[in-house]
Amino acid sequence: MKAIAFRTDKFRDDFSFANSEYGIRRFPFPFHEDKYMYTVNIEPHTAGPVGSVFEFEIDVDEHYVAEMRDRALVLNEDPLRCQALPHMMMAQWDLVELLMTNMAKDYPDQFSLTKNGAQWRWINRPLEIDQTFIFGDPATLPYPPMEYITRQSQGDFCLIDQRDGNLWMDAGMVTTQADWSLDFDIGMNFMEWHGPVPIAHESGVFDRALKFLLNLQVGRPVRRLNWTMTINPRLDTSPENYHKWGIDRSTVNPGNVGEKVHLRVELQGLWRLPRSNAILFTIRCYLLRLDEMITVPKWARRLHRVLKTLPPELVDYKGLSRYRDTTIEWLSKFDDGAPTSAGIGPD
Amino acid sequence: MTGGSELAVRVSDVTSVAQDIKRFRLEPVAGPLPTFSAGSHIVVSMFASDRRIRNPYSLMGVGGASAYEISVLRTANSRGGSIFMHEHVTKGTELIISQPVNLFPINHTGRKHILIAGGIGITPFITMAHQLKALDQPFQLHYAARSQERSAYAQQLKDLYGDRVFLYRDNEGHSIPLEALLKNQPLGTHLYVCGPEGMINGVLKTGLAAGWPKESLHAERFLAPPSGKPFTVRLVRSGLTVRVDEHQSILEAVEAVGVNAPYLCRGGACGQCETAVVACDGQIVHNDNYLDPDVQKSGAAIMICVSRLNGSELALNL
Amino acid sequence: MLVSGIKSRPKYATLEPDPFAIFNLVLVEGEGAGAAARLLESADHQFRTRTTVLYSGSGQAADCLSSFQIHRMQFLPTIETLLIRLDGFLTTATMGIRLYVAGTEGFIGQVIQHAERFAVDHKSIITEHCGSLARRIQCVHCKGITENVTTNVARCGHCGVNLLIRDHYSRRFAAFMGVSTDAEAPGVLPPIQEMFR
Repeated sequence: MKAIAFRTDKFRDDFSFANSEYGIRRFPFPFHEDKYMYTVNIEPHTAGPVGSVFEFEIDVDEHYVAEMRDRALVLNEDPLRCQALPHMMMAQWDLVELLMTNMAKDYPDQFSLTKNGAQWRWINRPLEIDQTFIFGDPATLPYPPMEYITRQSQGDFCLIDQRDGNLWMDAGMVTTQADWSLDFDIGMNFMEWHGPVPIAHESGVFDRALKFLLNLQVGRPVRRLNWTMTINPRLDTSPENYHKWGIDRSTVNPGNVGEKVHLRVELQGLWRLPRSNAILFTIRCYLLRLDEMITVPKWARRLHRVLKTLPPELVDYKGLSRYRDTTIEWLSKFDDGAPTSAGIGPD
Repeated sequence: MTGGSELAVRVSDVTSVAQDIKRFRLEPVAGPLPTFSAGSHIVVSMFASDRRIRNPYSLMGVGGASAYEISVLRTANSRGGSIFMHEHVTKGTELIISQPVNLFPINHTGRKHILIAGGIGITPFITMAHQLKALDQPFQLHYAARSQERSAYAQQLKDLYGDRVFLYRDNEGHSIPLEALLKNQPLGTHLYVCGPEGMINGVLKTGLAAGWPKESLHAERFLAPPSGKPFTVRLVRSGLTVRVDEHQSILEAVEAVGVNAPYLCRGGACGQCETAVVACDGQIVHNDNYLDPDVQKSGAAIMICVSRLNGSELALNL
Repeated sequence: MLVSGIKSRPKYATLEPDPFAIFNLVLVEGEGAGAAARLLESADHQFRTRTTVLYSGSGQAADCLSSFQIHRMQFLPTIETLLIRLDGFLTTATMGIRLYVAGTEGFIGQVIQHAERFAVDHKSIITEHCGSLARRIQCVHCKGITENVTTNVARCGHCGVNLLIRDHYSRRFAAFMGVSTDAEAPGVLPPIQEMFR
């Protein structure tokens, strides 16, 4: 019996967000060494250590209920955060199957899925949902299939069509993004939607990644970590609302770094979907406040060193410019120069 | 990544469906079979007396889970895969198959789909037609075969899809009116062809000549690795030297000595087996549909699943 | 946020006749007339008899295009009316047609945008950029389009936010992205420079 103590976090207004001790220890710290540079860094998405964010294909954690509440608020203000081009319906159903199957298998106390031919019954206890529907018939669900299930799953989801030897971002639910717009990017191909990312293009990272993904096979998902930083535990750091949250970046001072500055890590997963041949790209966002992070001495030392040596194009692209120096100064108190162990885990 | 992971299956039925064509029904030894997208194929491994043969076959039918169905045309080709299937594989035979791979998917943005099948090339369209009908997408299937006796599944397809299916028999003097077909199709129509190499090349050439953009034309080529004169391959990293026989591909030859080179489609189309050439005593014969012409010309890389050497020794970075 | 140097902005070529097309539709605006004239000059009689030109721009350039013997030439007073005619043509067009576009980036983008709605593959459209580099931009905040932007920073014509003009381009909107430039320090704008003339 595996109960999850769901928290009542707020990702806006009073920002009353925190990680439990368990939440801190399992945080996917993204740096395996004391500096950072882009690599393809894709690895098989196989079962990781018990209790880690890699244990299951789809991770459900203590912030689940609070994140779903925030998603509903975002969608209420801006429905364009969830869109699907018309030809992606089959991929939407593939996604319903993948999420429901994984969540019910790995969190049986919270979710269950029973099938009677095409008639499926989905129970989501934390959100008090009991839904019977016909798999394949959109009229039997209260929302279009992708929207329906992603309103009940943490992280952002992109459905990517494969055609013409390329990948096309043709559907998505994107409410916890680090600053890119689904509405603007929908319909773009792989190189186009990655256009704004600096440096990586020159080193051929995207050419290799595209070739690899075009050959992604069913049953062989992969994952990688990406990172940035956010001021206040705000999930919705979208370009659409940037003119409202951008100001937060200028509110950091030496006295509030620990409380305001957050490390924001994306666990990205990629699956080949069976019926549509599309690729599912998930971006699962984890937030860690810096005064929570420093309870792990290795992470405090390492983040200090990573930020100090980060190339200027990355500082700019990741939006760190205004508060990077203040943050480095604050972190220096926790860096005694001692060596750090390899790998991402706490010592 | 070497192929996908492999699956063990047992043949539960073998039926003759047309002259020289048998259908094999494959059931899993353990666990359900993965669902697959229309146009997918599997690579079947057969253990012949002296070696392992691997051939790709399109998945027919609907989606998987309990069984896969494939159809095999017996050809007198010397590699022996189809002969092996026809003569040695019966109900109860166990085989190893790859996970489904899709190099011939439906273009979902298409507004109408024209499917052109030649002979055994009908097989990928069985699932494609089913999926297009389920999606309510307009389509036509034009199926040419040498004779009625050789037209596997013709009646079933007519029964299922009615006047969307057009049948042509060479021996009755019919042929697909390709130019007329290409003339008045609405914008957003996609064309898919599967059949003998010559037919595919003809259809694609006619399509382009009719002003269709290349993105609207799709082909599935079951490129069996062509035969050729034997030669030696030196594997620089493994420190092994191996002989590639007349009817054996480089990939098969290196696998036979225990080197696990990456592969996926085994038909020269997907790029997975691209290998760097270290040295070459002779002329590389590129038989693939993947490398850029400049790369082929430079001789810097070779697709080892289908390409060969006309010469004595090829040194590879394997 | 970076303004320039990104790899994904659209690229244009030169207009060259596709001998395989069953019919050619040439969409021209303003200074694009020169490119269209060169296209018709370099093509043979067969090509021209299968070609219609839709042109919006100056009378002089129109005269030069009229001198060619083609299937049909139509002059439209504005880009908007040209696009209406384009939609009409595409409604009954069949596979095998080829589209050629010459003019400003905003014009090319809108033609491609309309053509994509009729399932014409954008990669099959032959384009040549002529004339101004002024940009159509979409304000990511209110989604409004502002035309003819030539500076690195411009006010959104709909919601008034000061926008930094980026190189990130959407075919669907036929526009570059504009994002608030003074969100982090309100009222503090970077030096305004003319960038896209």
